[in-house]
Amino acid sequence: MRQIKTNRGTRTANWTKKHLLGIEGLNEEEILMIMNQAEGFKEVVERTIPKVPTLRGKTIVNLFCEPSTRTRTSFELAAKRLSADTINIATSSSSFLKGETLKDTARNIEAMNIDMLVIRHSCAGAPVFLSRCVEASVINAGDGAHEHPTQALLDVFTMREKLGKINGINATIIGDIAHSRVAKSNIWALTRLGANVTVCGPKTMMPKEIEKMGVKVVYDLKEALDNADVVNVLRIQLERQKSPLFPGTREYVRTFGINKSKLDKYAKKDVVLLHPGPINRGVELSQDVADSEYSVILDQVKNGVAVRMAILFLLSLSRKGKKAKT
Amino acid sequence: MKIIIKNGKIIDPAQQIRKKADILVEKGKIVAVKNSIKDPNAISIDAKDQLVVPGFIDMHTHLREPGREDKETVLTGLKAAAKGGFTAVCAMPNTDPPCDNQAQVKFLIEKSNEAKLGEVLPVGTITKNREGRDISEMKDLKDAGVRAVSDDGDPVADSSLMRRAMEYASMLDLLVISHCEDQTLADNGVMHEGYWSTVLGLAPIPAAAESIIVDRDIKLAELTGARLHIAHVSTAESVEIIRKAKKRGINVTAEVTPHHITLRDEDLKTYNTLFKVNPPLRTAKDVLALKKGLEDGTIDVIATDHAPHLESEKEKEFDYAPFGMIGLETALSLCVTALIDEKYLDWPALVEKLAFNPARILGYPGGTLKEGAPANITVIDPEKEWVYEKDTVNSLSSNSPFLGWKLKAMVTNVVAGGRVIVKEGAVV
Repeated sequence: MRQIKTNRGTRTANWTKKHLLGIEGLNEEEILMIMNQAEGFKEVVERTIPKVPTLRGKTIVNLFCEPSTRTRTSFELAAKRLSADTINIATSSSSFLKGETLKDTARNIEAMNIDMLVIRHSCAGAPVFLSRCVEASVINAGDGAHEHPTQALLDVFTMREKLGKINGINATIIGDIAHSRVAKSNIWALTRLGANVTVCGPKTMMPKEIEKMGVKVVYDLKEALDNADVVNVLRIQLERQKSPLFPGTREYVRTFGINKSKLDKYAKKDVVLLHPGPINRGVELSQDVADSEYSVILDQVKNGVAVRMAILFLLSLSRKGKKAKT
Repeated sequence: MKIIIKNGKIIDPAQQIRKKADILVEKGKIVAVKNSIKDPNAISIDAKDQLVVPGFIDMHTHLREPGREDKETVLTGLKAAAKGGFTAVCAMPNTDPPCDNQAQVKFLIEKSNEAKLGEVLPVGTITKNREGRDISEMKDLKDAGVRAVSDDGDPVADSSLMRRAMEYASMLDLLVISHCEDQTLADNGVMHEGYWSTVLGLAPIPAAAESIIVDRDIKLAELTGARLHIAHVSTAESVEIIRKAKKRGINVTAEVTPHHITLRDEDLKTYNTLFKVNPPLRTAKDVLALKKGLEDGTIDVIATDHAPHLESEKEKEFDYAPFGMIGLETALSLCVTALIDEKYLDWPALVEKLAFNPARILGYPGGTLKEGAPANITVIDPEKEWVYEKDTVNSLSSNSPFLGWKLKAMVTNVVAGGRVIVKEGAVV
C-alpha cells in the first residue's frame, strides 16, 4: 500500500478532538490539518482502486434523522474507501416512529460496539446533545440551522484548490443566511482562515447580530458580487418556509438570483461559484450558470468524499490516543 | 402549641422594623414580638446571628396537580416551597384539567390543608378551559377562594376578550396576572433573539414578543381600571414600559424570576435544556435593567415560575424539551447573590419583594411579623454556604441548572400553620 500523503508539514499527531460538532470549536491549525489530510485522500479516491485499509475493523453508523442523499452517500463512501464497516439508519425506518428518544436510540446503537456516529438532525444542537450521551465519536452531518461542518470544510477545501489560498480572499455567501447551517459553518471556517466574508440575502433571511461573527452584511447583489473571488450560493429552502420570508420566487430571482448576465456585469471574470446542492435551477442559480465554467459544484461533491475521509481518519486517531478532548 | 424564635434579627418591611427580638407564636398567630420572651412550655428555635423574616409568598408556582402528579404534587411542591422559605404559593391554573371552576379550587385548598406545610393560594383561569375563548366564571372562582386569575403558560391573545376579562375581573376586584407573549411573534422560538440564537441556530424569540403585550395589557388596565400584574418580566423594554405606566398612576405591578436575573442567553451555548425557559433567558443588558427595576421599585415582586418537568422530557433535543425550571429552593440564595451582594437591594427591600409586596398585591393576610398576624415566619442564615444537590431536592422534579452550584444564604427554620415545618434546614 502506498503512503498517504500529509502535506505542508502539519502533523496529524497533533489532532486531539474526539468529536466534530461544528467549525466554531476548531482553530485555524485544526482546519488546515483536516484540509491537508484531505489532499492526501483525494489522491486515494482518484486511484483505479480507490480504497485503503486505514479504518479496517471500525464501525461507523450514519444516523440520519432528516432526509439527505448527498451527505449520507458521501459519508458512506468515505467510510468504505477507508475500509470501515458502515450502517445507515434513517428516521423512517428507525424506532423513532415507535416513540424511542434520540438518546435511547444512540445508546442502543452504541451498545453494539461502534466507533463513530454520524448524525444529521433537524434540531440544532442534537449532535452536541448526543456527544454527551455516548462514548463514540460524534460527527455533525448537519443540525438544524446550527452547523454543517463537513460541508464547510469541503467548500473551503475546494476554494483553496481553485484559488490557491484562503487568507485574504473575498468570499461572499448569498441566500437564506438565517436558516442555513452551511452559511454558519462557512463563516466560521473562512474567518478563521483569514478570508473577508460578505453575506447577502433578503433582510428577512438575515439573522440578528451576524456582524458579530466577523462578516459584512449587504442587501444589494451588485455589492455582494463586486470584487468577490468566490461566491457560495445557498439553496433557497422553499420546503422549509412556514410563513413566506420573501414576496415570491419571481422577486427573489430578480433580486438575489445569480445568472450569466449578472455575473458578467458585476463579478470578477474568474469568480468561483459554489453551491451546496441540491440546486433549485432557475431560483438561486440560473441554468446557464449552474453548468458554466464558473461552477465548481461537481468538484465540491468529489472533494466531499476526501474531506470526510480525512475527518473520519483524524477522529479515529483521537480515539486511540491519550485522553480525548471534545 | 407555642413556639419561640429567640435572639434573631427581625426584619419586617411592613412595620419598617429591623431589630433584635424574640417572637412568640401561639395557635398559629404571632402573639408577641419583644425582647427576652420566656416560656418553658414552648418549642424554642435559636436564631442567633440569623434573620427572622415574614414567610415568603411565591406569586408564580406550577404545582402540576391535578394532571401531572409525576412531575410535582401539592405536597411535594409545598415541601420545596418550605425548604426555600416560602409559606404560601400561588398555584398557576395550567393544570389538567385547568383550574377554571369551584371544584378545582376546592380540591387545591383541600390538598393544601392535608399537606400541613405552607398554604396554596389558588389562581383561577381567565378563560374557560384556558382556551382563550370565553371568560371563566370569575365570581364563582373568587367565592371558592382564588386570589387572582391568569391563563399563565399562554397569553390571552384576543385583545377584545382580554379587555372584557379585565373589565369583569375589576368589578370583582380580582387581580389579573398576565403572561405577556405575542405568540405569533414568538413563532415557535426557543430562545432569545440575538447573537447567540444566530450562532446556535435555535429559533429566536424577539424581545418585542413580550413588551408588545406588556404595553397592550397596561393600556387595557388603563381602559378598564383592572388590577394588572405582569408575570415573569424579562426584557429591558418591558421594565421601561412598566416604569412609565407606574408614573402615570396605572394600577400595575410586576414580578421577575431569580433565574432571569442570574442567567443569560449565552448560557444556552451547550444546548443544555435545563436553561430552556419561557420567557427565555435574555442578554446582560436586560439582566441589568431587571435589577435596576427591582432597585427603583418598578418591579414589585420576585416570583419563581417554579416549573417542574421530568428528566426524560428534558433529556431531549433542545427544540423538543419543554420550557421551564424549578426554582423554589434556590430563589433566596440566587437573589442574595444577584441583588444583595451586588447592592441593588438591602435585606428589608428583598424581604419586601419576596413577602410583603406579594401579600399586599394578593390581598393575603401575611407578609408581616405584626402581632396578631398569621405566624408565617422564615429564619435565614445569611452567610451560610451550601451546595444544591440533586439527591436533596424536595421537589419531585430536579430540572434545575443550579444543581451543583455553591449557593449563599440558607433557610434554616420555617414556621407556618402553627408548627415548625423546616427545622435546621430540613423539611419536617
